[in-house]
Amino acid sequence: MPRLIRFFVKTAFAWLVVALALKALALSPWGASIPAITPISWHALFVGWLTQLIFGIAHWMLPTIPGAPKDLLRGDERIMGGVYGLLNVGLLLRMVAEPMVIAQPGAGLWQGLLIASAWLQWLAAMLFVFNSWRRVRPAVQRGKRG
Amino acid sequence: MPRLSVWYVRTSFLHLALAVTYGALILTAKAAPGWGWAWRLFPSHIEQIAYGWMLQFAMGVAFWALPRYREEPKRGDERPAWAAWTLINLGVALLTLAPWLGDDWMRFAGGAAEALAAILFAMHAWPRIKPLGT
Repeated sequence: MPRLIRFFVKTAFAWLVVALALKALALSPWGASIPAITPISWHALFVGWLTQLIFGIAHWMLPTIPGAPKDLLRGDERIMGGVYGLLNVGLLLRMVAEPMVIAQPGAGLWQGLLIASAWLQWLAAMLFVFNSWRRVRPAVQRGKRG
Repeated sequence: MPRLSVWYVRTSFLHLALAVTYGALILTAKAAPGWGWAWRLFPSHIEQIAYGWMLQFAMGVAFWALPRYREEPKRGDERPAWAAWTLINLGVALLTLAPWLGDDWMRFAGGAAEALAAILFAMHAWPRIKPLGT
């Protein structure tokens, strides 16, 4: 399994642990007093764990690009490196900024960081679709995998 | 990758792109005054993430990766799986539009289309869940 894909999958597992810890916290007697605990725990699970795991495994398993040089068989690895960075920085920012927007209403810094987190994650998903689209294709030759 | 999986996976990518756009607008609304209208996208965001993106991607990969038969057609009767692709997308489209149009029957039809898609896909996939080489 290539290095970048290992990063995706291992980071996904780390988010799974975070998501379930946040869920436990939300269900604790103090859970109701923690701002935005429910949306951030759901997004740790659905974005940090599930979506990130799918991105990593899809990047590994989708058909490679026929005739491409070895370093471009899975599309542009720099784009997928960007997807990894944007997704995780965006989600991490959300984990901090969303509770702070509720705790300190009107604080421009947290509002700005929350908006930035939204569009960083959006860009990650768009870049994943852009890089993966042409790899989702019928097999080129009979007898080959596909 | 078989042609039907290409349709499933590429359509799931389109749902992902729409769903994350709705999600980004909703998250922006949490921080920016005057963006309250974006909350109307919330049901569509959930529907397209859970069913349009994740479920449909899983169905497409399952159609590709489940064990095949020794004889042609290697993936068995593909018609129920094609019908499932049509119905899952019809269902997601109806349930995405229903909150805007406020139509209870549209909601019911969307849910029924998704349920029927699940039945048809399971009918296709069930016999393929078998030991390799049998």
